[in-house]
Amino acid sequence: MTSVRDIPRPRVGDAPAAARSVHLSKVYGEGDTRVVALDAVDVEFPRGVFTAIMGPSGSGKSTLMHCMAGLDAVTDGQAYIGDTELSSLNDRQLTTLRRDEIGFVFQAYNLLPTLTALENITLPMDIAGRRPDQAWLTTVIDTVGLGQRLGHRPSELSGGQQQRVACARALASRPEIIFADEPTGNLDSRSGADVLSFLRRSVKEMGQTIVMVTHDPVAASYSDRVLFLADGRIVDSMTSPTRERVLERMKAFDGQPEA
Amino acid sequence: MWRATVRNLLAHKLRLALSGLAIVLGVAFVSGTMIFTDTLGRTFDDLFASTAADVNVEPATAFDSGLTGTGEGVGTTSTVPATVVDTVQGVDGVASAAGFVRTEGVYVLDRNGDVLDTGGAPGIGISWEPDPALSSSTLVDGRPPRDATEVALDVDSVEKAGYSLGDTVPVLTTGPRVEAELVGTFSFGDSGGSAGASLAAFEKSAAQQLFGTPGQFNGIAVSTVEGVTQEAVRDRIAAAIGDGYTVRTASEQADALAGDFEEGLAFVETFLLAFAGIALFVGTFIILNTFSMLVAQRTRELALLRALGARRAQVKRSVLAEALVLGVVGSTLGLAAGFGVATGLRSLFGRFGLTLDGGLVFATDTVLWSYAVGVLVTLVAAYLPARRAARTPPVAAMRDDHVAVERSLRRRTVFGSVLTAAGVAALVGAFVVEDDGSAASLVGLGALALLLGTIALSPVIARPFLRGIGGVLPRLFGTPGHLARENAVRNPRRTAATASALMVGLALVSGFSIIGASTNASVDGALDQSLGADYVVSTAVQAPFSADIAEQIRGIDGVDAVTQQRFAQAELAGVQTSVSAVDAGTLDSALALDYTAGSTAGLRGDGLIVDEDTAAARGWSVGDRVEALLTNGRRVELTVGGIYTANAALGSAVISLDTFTAAGGEALDRFVYVHLAPHVDTAAVRSSLEATLDAYPVVTLKDQTQFADEQKGQVDQMLMIINALLGLSVIIAVLGIVNTLALSVIERTREIGLLRAIGMDRRQLRQMIRLESVAISVYGSVTELVLGTVFGTSLVQALADQGISRQVVPYGRMAVFLVIGAVIGVLAAVWPARRAAKLEVLDAIATA
Repeated sequence: MTSVRDIPRPRVGDAPAAARSVHLSKVYGEGDTRVVALDAVDVEFPRGVFTAIMGPSGSGKSTLMHCMAGLDAVTDGQAYIGDTELSSLNDRQLTTLRRDEIGFVFQAYNLLPTLTALENITLPMDIAGRRPDQAWLTTVIDTVGLGQRLGHRPSELSGGQQQRVACARALASRPEIIFADEPTGNLDSRSGADVLSFLRRSVKEMGQTIVMVTHDPVAASYSDRVLFLADGRIVDSMTSPTRERVLERMKAFDGQPEA
Repeated sequence: MWRATVRNLLAHKLRLALSGLAIVLGVAFVSGTMIFTDTLGRTFDDLFASTAADVNVEPATAFDSGLTGTGEGVGTTSTVPATVVDTVQGVDGVASAAGFVRTEGVYVLDRNGDVLDTGGAPGIGISWEPDPALSSSTLVDGRPPRDATEVALDVDSVEKAGYSLGDTVPVLTTGPRVEAELVGTFSFGDSGGSAGASLAAFEKSAAQQLFGTPGQFNGIAVSTVEGVTQEAVRDRIAAAIGDGYTVRTASEQADALAGDFEEGLAFVETFLLAFAGIALFVGTFIILNTFSMLVAQRTRELALLRALGARRAQVKRSVLAEALVLGVVGSTLGLAAGFGVATGLRSLFGRFGLTLDGGLVFATDTVLWSYAVGVLVTLVAAYLPARRAARTPPVAAMRDDHVAVERSLRRRTVFGSVLTAAGVAALVGAFVVEDDGSAASLVGLGALALLLGTIALSPVIARPFLRGIGGVLPRLFGTPGHLARENAVRNPRRTAATASALMVGLALVSGFSIIGASTNASVDGALDQSLGADYVVSTAVQAPFSADIAEQIRGIDGVDAVTQQRFAQAELAGVQTSVSAVDAGTLDSALALDYTAGSTAGLRGDGLIVDEDTAAARGWSVGDRVEALLTNGRRVELTVGGIYTANAALGSAVISLDTFTAAGGEALDRFVYVHLAPHVDTAAVRSSLEATLDAYPVVTLKDQTQFADEQKGQVDQMLMIINALLGLSVIIAVLGIVNTLALSVIERTREIGLLRAIGMDRRQLRQMIRLESVAISVYGSVTELVLGTVFGTSLVQALADQGISRQVVPYGRMAVFLVIGAVIGVLAAVWPARRAAKLEVLDAIATA
């Protein structure tokens, strides 16, 4: 196991991290087919910070996100959401944790086609049987800026609008942390910019914690800091990223073609 | 394209198994029915082929009652005098000729004194024919009976009763009860089977004495000398004995008897095939639904094939080829399962009257029909989805989230409305039409049109219904309830097709339950109104029994009047009618008739009393002369002496017992009504009655309530058989719901993954699927109840003149059907829900 202590740490405040990992490892397969997706990763995602995770294909960035979000079991080490250690939870507790403490935005297929935009936004709270905080909901909805389209079904919304609804859903239950997996991967640049601005505002104005996996330097430039993964390890980080600097850094990965 | 088809079939084993199951069940029922009826037919063919001597002589019947072999009896049979046997014996080419006695209503009792269980088949008495050339019985053990104290029994009966040679066997003949020594056992016909009937053989003159007429025979068996054709001998005999006899060669005889029975069997076959048809009809929905969903899920794949250059016809052929393979495999398995069904039917019918010996008959026809039906239904069900698949534009493959465009329901609405309207019109017409026959067929047609109309309209109604009824789901079950409702309405066609499959079977079940309840209530009503007798003596299945019983009851102290009732078939002024024959003198004490004209006095002598409808239909009034022709050829001039309101016990026409006896009617009673003298000790009389009847276990003594219960028991039993047969279509429908849900789960994998990711736990997920299932099945149940009620009440209305005078809707039972519908929904969801809950979140989300 390689030590990761030499990796520069991001600025961390006194407040505990929204999520962190300790020596987190994930191994697929055995023997010849053994693949180490995550290799003893130590990482912290501080509260109120927009973190982007980048890296070439197969670097383990999605696996890291899945393990941190309790969607995938870890092989070794621990993942924490707030103070809760995920491997100690059973499926039911994990489900509750995802529902109450975590928000998700996926690359595609984020919304239930049978529900209206508004119903989709309040879905996690409906599942929990909780009434949404109306004032907060209004704030979130105003920020989404869908206006009259809230009563529409997803099939009647554009891709960008759908992703913004998905973001609003993630925000609406005020989770500890939001994980976004390539949220702009399926969008044109303009719609993507809308979604990213929305995520950015939710961090700046609402103090939300967001972790976003992306391979797009433009998307990464909206974040507060970027973590670079390669071969299952965090190899670098960058604060206040710009598109150019991120692009520059990515080129350094052995000239590997980007996925 | 073939490789793609085969690969696709193998890739979806589970979906395949589910849709295949619907075909298997449908075909199993069809093939099972055919195997069973073939076996039934074979049993009787064997029986008749071996029954016939070279040439047979029988008294001619005046008209074909169509009731031969139904156990109904025609009431009057003529006999052949011994002198005719002598005449036949003298005919050139006749080697030997012997008269025989053969009659139903001769019962063998077992060691406990109970009637040997024939499973409802008749108890037959025959005369023993020593000449093997003339006998269809072969002695197996012992020796032939020599006088009235000796009897020979068929081997099956001996085995069933556990008798051995030398035992004393009580036999109830159509005359006296006798105790005879068992001196021999014999097998009957080539296969040795008697279809469950018991056969008791006595020496010829003893047989005439016990259950025939001295000096008279029921027929003559003739063997011919070698070198002369049967036909030649037949013609010579016919010429020698003159009119009034039917002379047939062995093969003619077998054909004639078998032909009569086949008419009876055709009914059984039609009856069973109707249920097979229902099962297949329901199965078609499942297959159609399955293929629609499979094709919908493969839209992208098929569109990709199109983009790569596959022609529409090729895509269509690919889907149809899949259906073909599925149809062939399903039919093959169904054919095999048909043996199971046939075995089940055999034991079912064994309990109700027909015991079949030997193995099951597996005819080429069965194989052909099974494959034809199974493959054809599958192909038809797959054709529409195949055509739609072929129309999928290639761009659909490129699009990430191709949403199948909801097709307009307008054509369905128009088509369904027209059919429904036609159905309603036919049902209304049925009320207006006077003639019962056409009313019943109008109800049938109307019901069919209504059923098809409802099925066509089902998707149109589904949406508002589920939105309305489904409104309670979110309130009761929160988000899972809300999502379940939305899922149920998102594809109304699919929901409707799934619900319709359930609807068809259950609608018939509830329709029949209305008919059953109404019939039972009518029985109660009719008996309350009309049964004046204190006791009724009869067998459970209206089998004939000895007139000695009535005679003995007459001798009991405290019995005021005894009324015997017999049945006959007669042509009244040229129209065949079932006629009751009763004692004119005591009828009023047995049954309280409500006369609109004339009275029971009008029945005396050559009187005829008829019910109102018959009088109206035939234009008869009191004093009219009516000619009656009995099956034995006797013509009787009758005078209409009374017209009564419909009476279930008597039927539509009644003649006096005197007329019946004078016309050569058989001295066998079907019902005996006992009326007690006033102020007697009822309990004491009852025990003397029971003591007397102890010797005749074939009949039972029933007071009014018991009699009503027995009648209703028969209705309930019939209902049970029908429900058991309809149960199959319900099972298929349940599989359909399972199938639809399972495929929906596969289709919505990503959605389920998303729900799980954002915090829906497994329990909620299972509940969501369960509630969707319940919504579908309750929708099916509600439409079923509405349809079933319409069917049932319409048919009861149409049959009002045939004794079903009361309309009863068993609300309790209907409520139970609704609950059953919901339970079916819960059960059908168990497996798909578990599958959905087991999905790994990540895998589900990652599913393309």
